[in-house]
Amino acid sequence: MIALKAMAPHPITTSSIEADSSRLLNSSGMAGLVTEQDRVQPNVAPHPDWPSPVNDRDNRLFTLVDVLEYRPSTSRRESTSDYRWDIEGWYGGDYNRLWFKSEGQRDTAFKADYDVDFQLLYGRFIRKYYDIQVGGRVETQSFRGANVTRGQTVIGIEGVVPYNYDFEAALFIDLDGKVSGRLSLTKDFLLTQRLILQGRFETNAAAQRVERFTTGSGLNNLEFGIRLRYEIRREFAPYIGFSLDRSFGETATLVRQEGGDPRQIRFVTGLRMWF
Amino acid sequence: MQNEFRVISRRLMLKRTGALGLLAAIQHLLPACMVNSLVPRSPAGMQSVTLSGEVIDLDITESRFTVGGRSAPAMTINGTVPGPLIRLKEGQEVTLRVTNRLTESTSIHWHGILLEPDMDGVPGVSFGGIRPGERFIYRFPVRQSGTYWYHSHSGGQELQGLYAPMIVDPIEPDPFQYDREYVVMLSDWTFESPESLLGNLKKLPGYYNFQRRTLSQFFDDASRMGWWPALQDYLMWDRMRMDPTDFADVTGYTFTYLMNGLSPAANWTGLVRPGEKVRLRFINAAAMTFFDVHIPGVTMTVVQADGQNVQPVIVEEFRIGVAETFDVIVELPEDRAYTIFAETMDRSGYARGTLAPRVGMTAEIPPRRPRPVRTMADMGMQMKHAAMEGMEALDDMPGRKQPDNHGMGEPVHPGLGTEHSEGMHELPARGREAKRRSEIPGIEPVKHGPDDHGTANQMIAEYSRNMLHEPGRGLEGSPRRVLVYTDLKSLAPYPDQREPEREIELHVTGNMDRYMWSFDGKTYSEARDPIRFRYRERLRLTFVNDTMMEHPLHLHGMWMYLENGMGPHLPRKHTVVVKPAERLSVVITADAPGRWAFHCHLLLHMEAGMFRIVEVADNEHGGHS
Repeated sequence: MIALKAMAPHPITTSSIEADSSRLLNSSGMAGLVTEQDRVQPNVAPHPDWPSPVNDRDNRLFTLVDVLEYRPSTSRRESTSDYRWDIEGWYGGDYNRLWFKSEGQRDTAFKADYDVDFQLLYGRFIRKYYDIQVGGRVETQSFRGANVTRGQTVIGIEGVVPYNYDFEAALFIDLDGKVSGRLSLTKDFLLTQRLILQGRFETNAAAQRVERFTTGSGLNNLEFGIRLRYEIRREFAPYIGFSLDRSFGETATLVRQEGGDPRQIRFVTGLRMWF
Repeated sequence: MQNEFRVISRRLMLKRTGALGLLAAIQHLLPACMVNSLVPRSPAGMQSVTLSGEVIDLDITESRFTVGGRSAPAMTINGTVPGPLIRLKEGQEVTLRVTNRLTESTSIHWHGILLEPDMDGVPGVSFGGIRPGERFIYRFPVRQSGTYWYHSHSGGQELQGLYAPMIVDPIEPDPFQYDREYVVMLSDWTFESPESLLGNLKKLPGYYNFQRRTLSQFFDDASRMGWWPALQDYLMWDRMRMDPTDFADVTGYTFTYLMNGLSPAANWTGLVRPGEKVRLRFINAAAMTFFDVHIPGVTMTVVQADGQNVQPVIVEEFRIGVAETFDVIVELPEDRAYTIFAETMDRSGYARGTLAPRVGMTAEIPPRRPRPVRTMADMGMQMKHAAMEGMEALDDMPGRKQPDNHGMGEPVHPGLGTEHSEGMHELPARGREAKRRSEIPGIEPVKHGPDDHGTANQMIAEYSRNMLHEPGRGLEGSPRRVLVYTDLKSLAPYPDQREPEREIELHVTGNMDRYMWSFDGKTYSEARDPIRFRYRERLRLTFVNDTMMEHPLHLHGMWMYLENGMGPHLPRKHTVVVKPAERLSVVITADAPGRWAFHCHLLLHMEAGMFRIVEVADNEHGGHS
């Protein structure tokens, strides 16, 4: 007999080991030597309590804080500072995911003091690159102390389009049938392995005028931003950048009526994180 | 007795116990300071034990493992990483008693060993796994010889340290001579958990790639290729939403690459006298890493692949896929140290060791090479180009002349072209060739069918073809003679020479954007049905790689005879590497009834679903297709 003994004292006693091993051998169907008959009658039926050989159905939780930034005021009239966030994430597997998204800003120069939304969506992975998303959205704005809130149905699509742009489009349908939409595109340009320039384009449009949310019909606004981040870790990247935002048409008129500025250039500094 | 050392002669021990045994033996002879420079202080990382005999006990425990001055809990077999070398004798029966002293279930799979399906050690396929506190007794007759290894088949445990070499000595001595032997086990170690690796990749597939294309690299490429071609190339990859720098999902950013459990700085050393013939048994036990191995100044004669004797091939470098093994014979030409350099395929790091006549010697570490870039050929595009390469290969194949850039590599057993010129003029060349050589399936590009394998698969190889004669991306311009699969020719013909009765085509698929991996666009959980082989049939299994990565595909329970044109001398392997856009065929004799695992041996690809059960059964038991 040539074998190494168990090295250290251990709670497992010899008797329990023997008991265990005999049980295991029984449950596995065959012990040691097998007869020729056994060889042609293979163990084709796995035990029902066996685990899966791979864990290919695990669900995961992902949260991306793509924008979390401070925006020092550039307004000549007021000395205020604003902030903004854009967070999204999901819980789920490869195909089916529960998505959550929130965008929010305090933007005194533009239209509202606060503009915050939250979306909860079911997403299904389709066509190799896209998640089709359906769910609900709640949006709240406050302006000079008055709050307005609306609920909307969301139908969206999100994914990667050719030339590696991250693409997100959504239709928001009010309970009273008013329709608006949002489209955004972002793209990363690697200056070095960790110094990354993110270009960001976003636009909003509406089919109907919704005055209490300061949106006119047609194209509402266009926003273009550049953010230069340094990935200290992949998950953690401080950034600086700027953002150009311009309102159009009825929306611009409404913004002006409310005392806002339909054209803005904002410098931003913030953190991009995910976990 | 308890220890093999007592019953074998000292000379035999030096010869037999191999690398790590020898290192351990030397240790006693050295002053403490020298020992410390040779091996880490932690017991894990120094594999010093060889286990042999009829009954072998293995304890799966948690022990501390130290790499680069940092230490962490590892899963260990008998307390070490790698675990103890198991040395068996062909023809013996062995009982392996594996005790699980972890807090989670475990398993041991004997990689490349043919045995009964319930002894194969794959939880969910061959048994239920070994639960904490339990012991499982493996018992099987050893019907083969060669270099193998064993590892856990549970979750990510292989990455946490549960792997070790296994050698089976043949009844008839191997047909090559050597004075000394070492196991060279390559692996990758990270202080992150396997779950964290997979989670990071699922969330950001390029998480570990710090060799992506950047603006500064664009300027370099533009000055080399010209502005417009460089821009076109960058835009093309962007348009396709692919990353041409994706050669390893997990890289040296988090991995330390180990040789026999030691980091490059710890420098595993095998003692070799100049002029001695040394057998190096290379085993790639890494979870996620392909290595390109060479020993500057030393040529290697490959004598075994996956434990099977092959006709000797002289090379200067070989690429070893995850789970493959290659045995080579080397001889140090001078009385100095030589570096064993195993650079990762993505060039993000390396494992390193030394062969030297005396302890403490080192040799220069070769310069690092730039990381390679994928080409259109990796995507199965550029049909015309691929077709032309295919035609060239076809012309060149029988008796493949070594390309000029391979330099000194003169094959020991040249192919037929050479033999033909040696005076077989009276024989019709074709007839003789047909007898000695076989057609390589997929030598001419094959157009992909209409099925794009759904959302789980990002792209298809529009034209797939055989690339067995290519060294692989990143080695194509190598000044060294690099081993290719068409060099492998079994020493003797294997008994089953039947033509395959039928063919199963399996597409290797994935979606890099989500880190999804599958076969035919379906993960293990989605596929449900096993791949069915009929008992005793001879069949051809053809792999078509629709992804842009190399995949080491491993079949349990049966050999895969690699259809590399060697006629009756097809080499047999347990793991075959399929290159991007490659069409590669193996033939299988389905002589092992039961349920067997078949999977990509990149651990995280397997965990993500690149896994199938192969069921071998008689027709009346449902084995029809």
